[in-house]
Amino acid sequence: MTPDAIFKLLQEKFGTETVFDFHGDPARDKDPWFQIAPWEIENVCEHLRSEKSLDFDYLECITGVDYPDDKRIVVVYHLYSYGKKHRVVLKAYLEREDPAMPTLVNVWSTANWQERECFDLLGVLFEGHPDLRRLLLPDDWEGHPLRKDYEEKEDYHGIPTIRPNPIELFKITLPSKEASKEAAKEPAKA
Amino acid sequence: MSDVIFTNEMDEEMTLNMGPHHPSTHGVLRFIIQSDGEIIRKAVPDVGYLHRSIEKIGERCTYPGYMPYTDRVDYVAAMFANECWATACEKLMGIEVPKRAQYLRVISCELNRIASHMIAIGAMAMDIGATTPFMWALREREYINDFIEELCGARLTYNYHRIGGVSFDMPKGWADKVKTWVDKFVPLMEEFDRLITYNEIYIQRLANVAIITGKEAKDWGLVGPNLRGSGVKWDLRKDDGYSVYSDFEFAVPVGKGQFGAVGDCWDRFYVRSEECKESGKILQQALAKIDEHPEDDLVGKLPKKIKPEGEAYSRVESARGDMGCYVIGKGAEEPYRCRFRTGSFTAMGIIEAKSPGLFLADLVALIASFDVVAPEIDR
Repeated sequence: MTPDAIFKLLQEKFGTETVFDFHGDPARDKDPWFQIAPWEIENVCEHLRSEKSLDFDYLECITGVDYPDDKRIVVVYHLYSYGKKHRVVLKAYLEREDPAMPTLVNVWSTANWQERECFDLLGVLFEGHPDLRRLLLPDDWEGHPLRKDYEEKEDYHGIPTIRPNPIELFKITLPSKEASKEAAKEPAKA
Repeated sequence: MSDVIFTNEMDEEMTLNMGPHHPSTHGVLRFIIQSDGEIIRKAVPDVGYLHRSIEKIGERCTYPGYMPYTDRVDYVAAMFANECWATACEKLMGIEVPKRAQYLRVISCELNRIASHMIAIGAMAMDIGATTPFMWALREREYINDFIEELCGARLTYNYHRIGGVSFDMPKGWADKVKTWVDKFVPLMEEFDRLITYNEIYIQRLANVAIITGKEAKDWGLVGPNLRGSGVKWDLRKDDGYSVYSDFEFAVPVGKGQFGAVGDCWDRFYVRSEECKESGKILQQALAKIDEHPEDDLVGKLPKKIKPEGEAYSRVESARGDMGCYVIGKGAEEPYRCRFRTGSFTAMGIIEAKSPGLFLADLVALIASFDVVAPEIDR
């Protein structure tokens, strides 16, 4: 099934307030995508997985993208169906100040770790997630590095995160011209 | 420690630490295990020791300049991350890759797949306790390393593929050398099977251990050999037909549960060892056909300035399964966001769910049978 057919099917089922904003410009959007209202995502995905004609049994990838200019964080879902061999890309637009949306752990188990990674690196809160801890970074890390305005702290528990440039360390400072001239004269005096 | 050793009560659980430097955890990877004697109640993976923020680095590099960093996503099979990044950029900009470059990609990738699987099956046998297969496997891998070194100058982090093609053509006489080796390698894999795959002790050790059904495997997003080990016949090379894989004849081995249930550790091992033979067949065909295409036609037509706009998701069948790259361009020299979806990451997710009830020694077999590589989990 083509993405726009799936889009129309979902729009009929869930209404234009839940499923909207189809983008399929072949020059820009190589994989056509559309928006889902964040708080409805679990229902929509459950339908995508269980409906026989759609049969999306594989959640490929969850990606978080930060758009500070629009004050948005966008969570992108790439879904694929092994049986039907079609794919769809869903996007959920969240408020950047308070990014929260329901979890998909109950629909696909693989969402568990991918959502944890998204929480870790972008700070998206997945409500209802059974184990929303940091995954890649230490538990006491501050900030979410994949946000565009993230600034690395100078140290972490006394371990510096910035090292001096090794080239600067081993640079030989040449004596000034006058000093070298005097040094050349000295043995002559002796 | 003495408290733990002298405790005899049956209902007492103990918390054990495994890793980060345990030799069988395939890189720097840690497990916190709650066990009742030898039986695991729960094993919680603790990853992130090798996190180098590859995705953040990508936002600060130019599109072609990011290529060497992709090697570090998975250093055992670096060619695939190269290819994945290249195909993502090509899809984004609509670049066509010349046929000869695509053949070179297939040849380099299949060589790399054999090298990676050699590590996987050799290391798995060693984790279980058989040392000889590891030596055999590494001996063959050494030949491949030499071939790839001749091709692109590096033995581990290749940086061979380019956006739109590959960086070098084959050196003179290289194709014949690889052909001679492949002709020797395919029968050697059968000998390898006699040594370890169909070894009575080995089968007893791995059959019916940590069974993952096809449904579970799909649900947890397992990909590649791990998915096929569970009996799901799915290979991107066959089913998606990317690159020039449709030109070649090869089979897709799946786990059949020959000595136990479908999807046990032995099935995953078997799929990898069979895949090596199939890769050998692809190599033979590709090397025979490559000279149909003109020499030195290595890089497609690139735009003058690489400043794409839009987004694309592309995927390749890496040694660890479906590797995906999602790239968003915003008309700048650097990508706005790039993301790698890797096979080891999703394979690690299932371990916590699968571990209860396993023996402690079987956890080692489970990790080894997934062929996880720590840098690919952490990126």
